[in-house]
Amino acid sequence: MTYIRPTFRHPNLPKNKINYTKKDYEGALSTLCAGCGHDSISGAIIQACFELAIEPHRLAKLSGIGCSSKTPAYFLGNSHGFNSVHGRMPSVATGAYLANRDLVYFGVSGDGDSASIGMGQFVHAIRRNLNMTYIVMNNGCYGLTKGQDSATADAGSISKAGSTNLFNAIDLVGLGLELGATFIARSFSGDKTQLIPLIKAAMSHPGFALIDVISPCVTFNNNTGSTKSYDYVREHIEATSTIDFVPTMEEITTSYEEGDSKEVALHDGSVLNLQKLNQGWNPEDKLSAMIALQNAKTKGEILTGLIYIEPKTQSLHEVLGTCETPLNELKEDLLCPGQDALEALNQSLR
Amino acid sequence: MSELINDFVVRFANVNGTGSASANGMFAKAIFRMGIPVTPKNIFPSNIQGLPTWYEVRISEKGYLGRREGIDLMVSVNPQSMLKDVQSVRPGGYFMYDSTKPLHKEYIREDITYLGIPLMAICLEQYSDPRQRQLFKNIIYVGALSALLAIEFGVLEQLLAEQFKGKEKLIPANVQALQLGVKYVQDNFNYPLDIRVERRDKVGKKIMIDGNGACGLGAVFAGATVAAWYPITPSTSVVEKFEKYAKKYRVDKATGKKNYAIVQAEDELAAIGMVIGANWNGARSFTATSGPGVSLMNEFLGLGYFAEVPAVLIDVQRTGPSTGMPTRTQQSDIMIAAYASHGDTKHVVLFPSNPKECFELTADAFDLAERLQTPVIVLTDLDLGMNDHMSEPFEWNKDRQYDRGKVLTAEDLENMGRFGRYLDVDGDGIPYRTYPGTHPTKGSYFTRGTSRDEYAVYTEDSAVYIRNMERLVKKWETAKTIMPAPYFYQQKNMSPIGVIFFGTSTYSSEEAIDILREQEVVMDAMRIKAFPFNEEVAQFIEDHEVVYVIEQNRDAQMRSLLINELEINPKKLIRILNYDGMPITADKIVKEITQTLVTT
Repeated sequence: MTYIRPTFRHPNLPKNKINYTKKDYEGALSTLCAGCGHDSISGAIIQACFELAIEPHRLAKLSGIGCSSKTPAYFLGNSHGFNSVHGRMPSVATGAYLANRDLVYFGVSGDGDSASIGMGQFVHAIRRNLNMTYIVMNNGCYGLTKGQDSATADAGSISKAGSTNLFNAIDLVGLGLELGATFIARSFSGDKTQLIPLIKAAMSHPGFALIDVISPCVTFNNNTGSTKSYDYVREHIEATSTIDFVPTMEEITTSYEEGDSKEVALHDGSVLNLQKLNQGWNPEDKLSAMIALQNAKTKGEILTGLIYIEPKTQSLHEVLGTCETPLNELKEDLLCPGQDALEALNQSLR
Repeated sequence: MSELINDFVVRFANVNGTGSASANGMFAKAIFRMGIPVTPKNIFPSNIQGLPTWYEVRISEKGYLGRREGIDLMVSVNPQSMLKDVQSVRPGGYFMYDSTKPLHKEYIREDITYLGIPLMAICLEQYSDPRQRQLFKNIIYVGALSALLAIEFGVLEQLLAEQFKGKEKLIPANVQALQLGVKYVQDNFNYPLDIRVERRDKVGKKIMIDGNGACGLGAVFAGATVAAWYPITPSTSVVEKFEKYAKKYRVDKATGKKNYAIVQAEDELAAIGMVIGANWNGARSFTATSGPGVSLMNEFLGLGYFAEVPAVLIDVQRTGPSTGMPTRTQQSDIMIAAYASHGDTKHVVLFPSNPKECFELTADAFDLAERLQTPVIVLTDLDLGMNDHMSEPFEWNKDRQYDRGKVLTAEDLENMGRFGRYLDVDGDGIPYRTYPGTHPTKGSYFTRGTSRDEYAVYTEDSAVYIRNMERLVKKWETAKTIMPAPYFYQQKNMSPIGVIFFGTSTYSSEEAIDILREQEVVMDAMRIKAFPFNEEVAQFIEDHEVVYVIEQNRDAQMRSLLINELEINPKKLIRILNYDGMPITADKIVKEITQTLVTT
């Protein structure tokens, strides 16, 4: 287990604008290994939700199966959670979203969950531009079954047991770009400065927001020769830009030289302030994102940060033309056509 | 042979994709409109165009709606299947064919009457457009049949008027095609034949509709708002009809916005996953599939059972195993429906046997799923789902309220102690649930397929696990008390012999009971409508020395389920089976029962 968290809190903990303290966003104690990247991501999620001032109970957190998918128990204890079946979280999230368009949907998956057993559902959730944040806690291995290579493990990466992975990795970011995902980012569990604003931006995005977070497995994939170890990732990380998330209605106070920064206005009025841009990359230009990604790959770098965003996008409910009221709030009067309609129908069937 | 009034079978042999379906449908509907019970069945290939397809219409003044062997009149418009079609006519029957070219001698039988109509020649002479030639050929033979079988021409005209409402320009040409057929018969044959129809008043207020349409309609009336599905024969039209009726009844007139959502999923796994997700979040949601889809849905059905999430699944059975015969019927998903998924699981299964029950039991399924917080499977089949059936009209009690089950509101949560998602507060095994988003600090919980305690907290404590599994058994016992009761055909038992059937085996079983009664074999009958079986089902078996179980699969699955669940001596239950992919016939049931009566 990572740490023993005291239940005592300072009486004057800072509050966010809806009067919640950070404690209100915490969950149960983690049972993952000490030093697990996933716990850092959980921490980033807690911080992002606190800063965004999300009402915890208006968020639903969903996951599949695996170490990553256990984490929703460790954050947002006042939110409903759904730990579904292996690789099938996207479908459960789709149904939940269709039932109630007013909640915030937050999905957590792993590399086995999304790149192998659940690849089909992952792909189709992107295709439908499901309005959710989808975090892949990517450690390149199957932790719960003791360290087998996953489909995101790089060819040539060496496991703790000393065997070399023979197969090419599936890059979920590249795949997401190809499939038309409208928000794509990559980050590193060890870089909260980058991860927290990315999560906030993802949650403000009205469509499918993918964040592939490299999250080293301290127990099974943190050895020399592994391309998903803390050391390896730190040595090879490269960012598209630094990122600053400015919520709705807040003044932008920093300024940067032209050509070195870019503002992206999000759907809900908040702004992404990107600085020190990767050369030739423009987050709203898919081709430049693809080139940046390929360039990094050629150089053996792990490109992180916001990769691509299409800020104006239609949610699934808009595409389907469903009513503004959440479907789960509709009652008999609107749902049941009644006996008169039925009698008319009977007549037409005679 | 003597005259056969309102009691015969006509079979049409067509080529798939040539527009014969609507002409054949008009033929059946016309007889229905003349007040005579009729049961049409499509016998079609897994193919879009080109392969043989048949349409069989049984006309039965007595109201027997099961399939009957023996063709009295074959309408042969498909050279591909003609040899087989000639052979399938009963001695003394009729064979109508396109006589544009003479029949080869291998098609000639001495014991049947040939009715040659030069359909192609008439079409070539009358129409220049090739598609018209093909389509009107169908209408011409319906016209000819109307004269031969004494179908009232006015009824056909009325049906055309209804069919082409809004496209009235098309009516005269169709009426003319009918008349071409009538004229040819008048000029060339003695008509009407000794098999024919006469107007009766045997239909009353009954309607004609397919079971899939009735299920889709039931889901609309039950307030389903989320439908997720993956196309598969023979269930596809369930969701298509749901959409048709939802468009009619559930679109806000002012805004054009829909009070429902339909998603065609990437596969059946996703379809049921969406259904589970939507129900978890408080919307009534369902999917429809067939056997192969149920196989794929097993994992989620187990989750639904164990995590206690409602779900409604309509399984329109087809002939298995594996891909089997996708366009043939069977009742062979009983076991997989009852026990889907690994571990100790059991599911509520409902068995409608006609369109009215498809409508009612689909609506009931939503109430039961939410009341019991578990998946409910409505088990129909291809025969019921994809064919039109004569049925009692649909009814909806205006006072009926949806039973949304035990759901806590924010106010409830405010006024209670600690919420335990899996706590058996009422002693019926059914805990209380909350929808996401209900209350800022109370009522949230973590839904999971792993074992957990009464407060939804993960545990591997054996005692807690057992407590939960025992509670699920208690819930199962509660389910038995609210299941639709079986239907009994007698006020009180009259015989040591009992007979059990369900679903589409019903039509032929009822007919077989009548036939056997005429032979002085009296049997008490019970039609099962739901699993788990309630006390009455057990009692009926208890009260009889021997009980026949009629079903349409190889392994006597319903019989096995009865033996397994009610701890019945297997010797007491005698299997009467049909699993050739065609609907079971009364003749077959009578023959098999008679045989066992002789040997025992």
